[in-house]
Amino acid sequence: MLIGYFTERPYRSVPEEEVFKNRSFFGLSNKFFDPVKGSEDYRYYIEEYRYAEELGFDLVALNEHHGNPFCLGSVMNVEAAVLAYATRRVRIVLIGNPLPVLKHPLRMAEELAEIDLISQGRLVTGWVRGAGSEQFFNNANPAYNRELFNEAHDFIVQAWTKPGPWRYEGEHFHYRHVNPWALPYQKPHPPIWIPGILSPETVRWCAEHRYPYIGLGTELGPTCDLWDIYAEEAARYGYQAGTENFGYLLPTVVGETDEQAQEVAKNFIFGGGQNAFALPEYAMPSGYNSKSAIRMLAKQPTGTWLGVSGDNLQRLSKDEARGAADYTEVKKKLAAGLERIEGRLQLIAGSPKTVLEKVKTVLRVLRPGVFIMFNVQGAASNEQRMGNMRLFAQEVMPGLREYGKEIGLLDAFQKAPGSTKLEAGAKRAPVNNREVLYDLGLYKRPEQRAQA
Amino acid sequence: MTAVIEETIKAAGADLAVVRGGSGKPLLILHDELGYTGWMTWNEELALDHTLLIPLQPGFSQTPRLTWVRTYRDLAGYYSQVVREMKLDPVDVIGFSAGGFIAAEMMAADPKIFAHAVLVAPMGVKPEQGEILDIFPLSIRNHLRATVADPEGTPEFGKIYGGELTPEQFEAFEDARSETSRLGWEPYMHNPSLPHLLRGNNTPTLLVWGNRDRVVPRGCIEAYRKVLGKAQVAEIDGAGHRPEIERPLDFVKIVGKFLAS
Repeated sequence: MLIGYFTERPYRSVPEEEVFKNRSFFGLSNKFFDPVKGSEDYRYYIEEYRYAEELGFDLVALNEHHGNPFCLGSVMNVEAAVLAYATRRVRIVLIGNPLPVLKHPLRMAEELAEIDLISQGRLVTGWVRGAGSEQFFNNANPAYNRELFNEAHDFIVQAWTKPGPWRYEGEHFHYRHVNPWALPYQKPHPPIWIPGILSPETVRWCAEHRYPYIGLGTELGPTCDLWDIYAEEAARYGYQAGTENFGYLLPTVVGETDEQAQEVAKNFIFGGGQNAFALPEYAMPSGYNSKSAIRMLAKQPTGTWLGVSGDNLQRLSKDEARGAADYTEVKKKLAAGLERIEGRLQLIAGSPKTVLEKVKTVLRVLRPGVFIMFNVQGAASNEQRMGNMRLFAQEVMPGLREYGKEIGLLDAFQKAPGSTKLEAGAKRAPVNNREVLYDLGLYKRPEQRAQA
Repeated sequence: MTAVIEETIKAAGADLAVVRGGSGKPLLILHDELGYTGWMTWNEELALDHTLLIPLQPGFSQTPRLTWVRTYRDLAGYYSQVVREMKLDPVDVIGFSAGGFIAAEMMAADPKIFAHAVLVAPMGVKPEQGEILDIFPLSIRNHLRATVADPEGTPEFGKIYGGELTPEQFEAFEDARSETSRLGWEPYMHNPSLPHLLRGNNTPTLLVWGNRDRVVPRGCIEAYRKVLGKAQVAEIDGAGHRPEIERPLDFVKIVGKFLAS
């Protein structure tokens, strides 16, 4: 089992009231960006990732968003390149490059190869379709998003593995001379893990390619459903999916006491938290989600990440009440929301003992080979952020490693995804333990859901 | 009431759903970027002396998507094949909004395809002043409301879009907006070469525009007028982007007179 560290690298000096006024992080005017503060944050986060290595994490994970104080990683590969040299041991996991919005897969193949070379083979590359707002920011046609993703993926893998020069005439991309000189350090290419939040199509595509799927803090019940979709598809392709096929990322806060952790966890609702990532009209542009994804989304009423939720889906078909909000009321609602999220184990905060037990429950349910801790958002201080990391690494991680061994959580480096063959027609083994959720009252059995 | 039928025909190598109703000379109707609204007052009035032919755009729920159609010019090429195959040309046409864009592309490629062209708040050209409203960062409801000057004072708007959206309606709008995004995302709902290819086109053309239109600015009308030799402009006072449902009787009067000319 691998344990990773992740942060969105929030811009910590954004005025919260301005985010509330804008009703989301995306779209907030860049007049509120202060380059000195921004520089401090960028440099601090590099140090923070080095600290994660020092503390014993196996992985450091980066992501990318555009035009958004929620996440400073607008050109993630720059940070990954810095980390490739500034760290020595950890694997650098990208979750991920938004291929359709960057629109230049040859350039992407070159950038990732350089990162893999500088890090001497520590890159784990991951690709995403990009949040809805990314399509607007980069003027990428959302209706072609999946086609662009699939084609860019196929192209990059070829660019890394098929000796050049060759010519490429695709549907969306065209290159007359493909021959990237610097090829990846790892052969045939760096491992590919795919992060996601809800799309059944992405999960099926991962299973087809035998790529591990990393659930990004999605609600446990629907995540079990996604795991099952993966495993069913894997069976169709003749293999048994296992812990090596799955990873899970979870907002986690450890304090000396439960109370102290709760205080720090409040930073997750700064400015409205993840549901305020972008307004629904930016989060879910037409053509970006398939009909089946929209239906899947409707099962997650209060949502997942990046403003993608059933509630926001509803808001798309209703008139929006506008006007000045009462921020005290808004904050009260957010605090109640935080409690609900914690109740569903989509965010875990507490003393080392509390966190260990709750994360063990998550591991028992989802059985992921990779667990990634997601540090707090908002304006938390360096001390609060590093305190969280230190307590997690020293007080929680050893117990998790032990538990991972006990319940047989193997990661994709210990066991190659897709290596357990499954005969045609043979019954596949379960890939999650959803009974635990039913017992905890965190998900309804399928028949109860059908009735509802 | 006119008998209105919807049928799927084989046209230019593909299935195409078409709504048909009325009697008299054929009148091709190209609906807007949100899709066919159903048979309204203006349809009923014009159907008294025209046979309305309303193709339902490929990719908009009833007609399967044509994957090779990637631009409005591609779509115009497909519709032109349909018109020729049905031996309709020269035919009268009314194109609404993005439908006006399609009609203008058809005219540019074949100046003799239309006997009369009515372009209602047409997209397709970069406006001389102002901008075409970006419909994609709008929720469906806000998009719909932006299409009329006074939603509450427009009875037919309530008839089409009143009440809560059903999941089926939501999906139909998603289909329409997705296909519109495929064809018109960039350059946004216009084609920079279109005005050049329309220069000197003598198709009798009526440009209709409501002076409270929040979607297509008057600048688009000016850009068309500049290049279309015989274009007339009819401005409908107080109407927004959908004069045909906001001022149906004025609309029918103006358009009927033009088509009879």
